Amino acid sequence: MSTSTVTEPVPDTEVDEAVVGKINYRAPIVNALAALITLLVFGMGPTADAETTFQVSSGSTMFSIPNISLPSLITILVLGFVQLGAAAYALVLVRARRTVPVWLHIIVGLAFVISFLVYAGAGRSSVIPVTTLLAGALALSVPLIFGAMSGVVCERSGVINIAIEGQLLIGAFAAAAIASRFASSYAGLVAAPIAGAMVGALLAWFAVRFQVNQIIVGVVLNTLVIGLTGFLFSTVMSDDAALWNARQPLSTIKIPLLSEIPIIGPVLFQQTILVYLMYVIVIVLQFMLFRSRWGLRTRAVGEYPKAADTVGIKVNTRRVWNVIMAGAIAGLGGAFFSIGSGLAFGREMSAGQGYIALAAMILGKWNPKLAVVAALLFGFSRNLGNVLSSIGSAVPSELLLMLPYIITILAVAGFVGKVRGPAAAGTPYTKS
Amino acid sequence: MSDTTNPPVKTEEEPPSGDSMMQRIVAGNALISVLAVVIALVIGGFLIAFANEDVREAATYFFSRPMDTISAAWTAVSDAYIALFRGSIFNWEATTFAGAIKPLTESIVFAVPLILAGLGIAVGFRAGLFNIGAQGQIIVGAIFASYIGFAWDLPVGLHLLLAMIGGAVGGAVWGAIPGVLKAKSGANEVIVTIMLNYVAVYLISYTLKQPVFNPGRSGQKSPAVAESASYPPLIPDWLVPGNSFRLHWGVIVAILATMAVWWLMERSTIGFELRAAGANPNAARTAGMSVGRITVITMVIAGGLAGLASTAQVLGTEGALTAGVAASYGFDAITVALLGRSKPWGVFFAGLLFGALKAGGFLMQSLTQTPIDIVLVVQSVIVLLIAAPPLVRAIFRLPDPDRPRRSARTAKKQEVAA
Repeated sequence: MSTSTVTEPVPDTEVDEAVVGKINYRAPIVNALAALITLLVFGMGPTADAETTFQVSSGSTMFSIPNISLPSLITILVLGFVQLGAAAYALVLVRARRTVPVWLHIIVGLAFVISFLVYAGAGRSSVIPVTTLLAGALALSVPLIFGAMSGVVCERSGVINIAIEGQLLIGAFAAAAIASRFASSYAGLVAAPIAGAMVGALLAWFAVRFQVNQIIVGVVLNTLVIGLTGFLFSTVMSDDAALWNARQPLSTIKIPLLSEIPIIGPVLFQQTILVYLMYVIVIVLQFMLFRSRWGLRTRAVGEYPKAADTVGIKVNTRRVWNVIMAGAIAGLGGAFFSIGSGLAFGREMSAGQGYIALAAMILGKWNPKLAVVAALLFGFSRNLGNVLSSIGSAVPSELLLMLPYIITILAVAGFVGKVRGPAAAGTPYTKS
Repeated sequence: MSDTTNPPVKTEEEPPSGDSMMQRIVAGNALISVLAVVIALVIGGFLIAFANEDVREAATYFFSRPMDTISAAWTAVSDAYIALFRGSIFNWEATTFAGAIKPLTESIVFAVPLILAGLGIAVGFRAGLFNIGAQGQIIVGAIFASYIGFAWDLPVGLHLLLAMIGGAVGGAVWGAIPGVLKAKSGANEVIVTIMLNYVAVYLISYTLKQPVFNPGRSGQKSPAVAESASYPPLIPDWLVPGNSFRLHWGVIVAILATMAVWWLMERSTIGFELRAAGANPNAARTAGMSVGRITVITMVIAGGLAGLASTAQVLGTEGALTAGVAASYGFDAITVALLGRSKPWGVFFAGLLFGALKAGGFLMQSLTQTPIDIVLVVQSVIVLLIAAPPLVRAIFRLPDPDRPRRSARTAKKQEVAA
């Protein structure tokens, strides 16, 4: 996750600073900060004999696991020292001008989150439901992941997609309306990507054909979709809600064997077809983007369209089709809000998730794999806020609900810092 | 992501020099703006007709009696737009003069926060910063301004001034965060401002639960702002007798702010640096400007203006801090800034137009059951069309002002975009 400015490992630390650049202490500082918060804030909370109980089993697993009780204070202290150790190791690595590996950050992040959970649940009779926490986190992440994938496809080919929000919303709308009209949730699943692709096509038309600033088109398209869906919702849909806006939930499909794995089984493999489609899209996209001709050409168009044009790639054609496809992906993700969650359509149902998907994409450095991690991080911290405020934590619920947004800001400012997107994103291409 | 916020059409159409050229472009732009509004209203009309129950009922026997459908559609659309006009400009059915011009004053009431927040966003655009955070800046400004307004006890005049400054400072602080983060660590301002909007929403609901803000334990509304800290009504009773206008001195603040921003952008050193950094940050850096410092200053100004927008709400229209005090002004202001092409007076008039649409939309909703969402559709179509003049020209088959250059290029573009 960290972008240390040191790219090549230089064994000699006495090299001229001007040649290799200054040592970037960001990673050890961030890790040490996490360790200090764990030890000084979380460590001060629980009394010596307090315990925190985690509930790991869920009703449907083959193996039933009893609740796990941990002594709060000792657990926090141990985890705090683990983070401190990681910070020290990061410092050593940075001093030696070597890159800090990603797993170190993951360890620190996990230790930090677990110690926070231990702190929040210390000495309480209520248990912390791990499976529910993770399942809820995934559910909150699904639209974000779809949106982030849409953003990756778009921006990799050189078009900024602020309209993710609108594509999600229109996907939710089309899925709900069509599924209700034909009394089949799978009809909605077909309609959602088509509706999203139509917004994508509008974006492409204005951004490529008329070369309007892409951020402007995106923002305006979002407003347009909010207005349009809101208008139709309060006229056509509410005039005959039974016909146009009846609930049509997608059915849950249990994958045999895999869904029996403790903890992750029920979280990952007892889902609707939409979530399985998401797994497929992420994996295919990760492969296609970096291992296929389509991916190479898409990235070329997004990085250096002139060069791509020179070797005979049709820059604007590719952009148009990729933007339309990206719209379809986001539209499909929007279906999760309505039929994917078993809800009828509601006004402004996407509630700004498209913008957060955009943040996840940037946080994930325009890479499908990392964008998924960022989206999951966001979904997890949001659900953490929900769960903790429902089990009754000492912290006011508003502050807990702010958590994911603050974490994203810290992540953007602390871990990621200056990120570099596709070079040509945002610039229309004209043959000269 | 941040270095290309000005529409490319603008640079295309900004002539190198020459007064006649300038005049022609302005005339062309004005025409296109008017046509864009017309098209947007036509599209809105189709939507209204499509959603109208009478029209849909008549459409079931369209082929036997088509005129029924058409006349039902005409009635639905004309009723809605007449209500829109009566709610925003002039209500000829009112019995008093005050009642007749009340819609116009309501339009201005809605326009004031839009103009102020829109100016803030426009300043960001000119510096190449895409500030989506006006919503959060308005909220934090409102918290500051309302606290000073109801909790402090100060003489008339000074109290209002301090509450205004408080609002501006609140907005500026919230705006400074993304500015500083961008300058120090390169954090993308789009993400940070979006996230801060959400943080502000939770902050206001947290604030409203605090004992100071919540003596009535409702958690929805703060105590009313003191008389001494409120904007006085703009039109006194002796001028228009029997008026119940909500119009207040906030509109004067908006006009002054527009002039100040114009001076700042076009005449001051800061404005020059700001525009230079927006046009080409690398060139600005080479010329010895500190782009980081400019980023922070821009965001402080933008946040301050959004904070002033909040004072129009808490010290004027609403008179207290409420959970929905910012409504959707922060987001609408983005479209206002876009429509105004980030020029101070452009933003001013765009704000007036959108304020009128908003005020009229409410009457339209209550009289004809046409949902106010239609206003959003009309607004966004207007902005889209104004951003793409070739499309408007194509619809009306207008000649292109710089035909020889563009026709060759359009032909080529069509070829590759097809």
